[in-house]
Amino acid sequence: MGYLRKIQYNCKQATFLIEKKMIRKLTFREMIELRIHLAGCSVCVLYGKQSRVINQMVQELFRSSIKPEIRLDDNFKKELQERIEAELNNH
Amino acid sequence: MYIVQDFASGRGDNLFKNLCKVLPTFPTNQQINLYTSFKMGAESYLLDPHKWVKDYADYLYAYAIRRISDEEQAKDLVQETFLAALEKAANFEGKSSERTWLTAILKNKIIDVYRKKSSGLTKDVQQAEHEQHDFFEADGHWNPAYRPLEFGIEDKDHLGNKEFNAILQKCLQKLPVLWMSVFTMKHIDDEDTTLICTELKVSPSNFWVIIHRTKLNLRACLQKNW
Repeated sequence: MGYLRKIQYNCKQATFLIEKKMIRKLTFREMIELRIHLAGCSVCVLYGKQSRVINQMVQELFRSSIKPEIRLDDNFKKELQERIEAELNNH
Repeated sequence: MYIVQDFASGRGDNLFKNLCKVLPTFPTNQQINLYTSFKMGAESYLLDPHKWVKDYADYLYAYAIRRISDEEQAKDLVQETFLAALEKAANFEGKSSERTWLTAILKNKIIDVYRKKSSGLTKDVQQAEHEQHDFFEADGHWNPAYRPLEFGIEDKDHLGNKEFNAILQKCLQKLPVLWMSVFTMKHIDDEDTTLICTELKVSPSNFWVIIHRTKLNLRACLQKNW
């Protein structure tokens, strides 16, 4: 199989590069390889789109976790503050 | 009065040192306290442990629970964070807010948990490599069973959709702890890649395998369940 053919066939490598690109700059060669692949592969283009959306959604999920419904129970908090006060008095 | 002016012009520290040299009785404890509160008031944040639980316990708990999904352990971490913070209080420079400072301490404790949990790591990555064959065929083509299809997240905005978030959360929980740790440290906390590799004892090439594999998994899980 020729070099070009290998790039065009290799969705595993292309999706790997898509993930890498979201974290750091690709090398020139990687960038060219990815472009060649994506030019002929709509499935991986779709993968890239979904992957970016998933990142956004996970980030959103983590940010929205700072909500009032996640709370410690009051007893635990009371004991914790007492423990802190005790430590403060020791010093 | 001079002290105040000198603080305003940023020369407080020099003045303080000079006074130490010239005056044998300087500084008394009271003067040190005064000096510190001037300094804090002028340019720094203060610590007030009496209000920590009231102000930050829920926030820190939510931060921890999202990252380790274990209520008891998250509680322990919040407690440990406050206690460690008391010990380190003397080192607090007032450059960041109390909350940021406490969160940084908690973050290190969470990394410790990740590290302990990821001892079976080599096996994890081997498994990752192995299972990757399920997603792709030998020549690198998508295995038809896992080929991405449109499933409704491409254009519609699902941010904040409760039902979708519930599925997303389930899919996240299915991931091996190490992958989840690598993924959140990178994509949520935006930690430096080298730091993640060192802290979790992952080689750089395994780091990329995990990042790739995690996303393939998450995506497939969402496509299947949504």
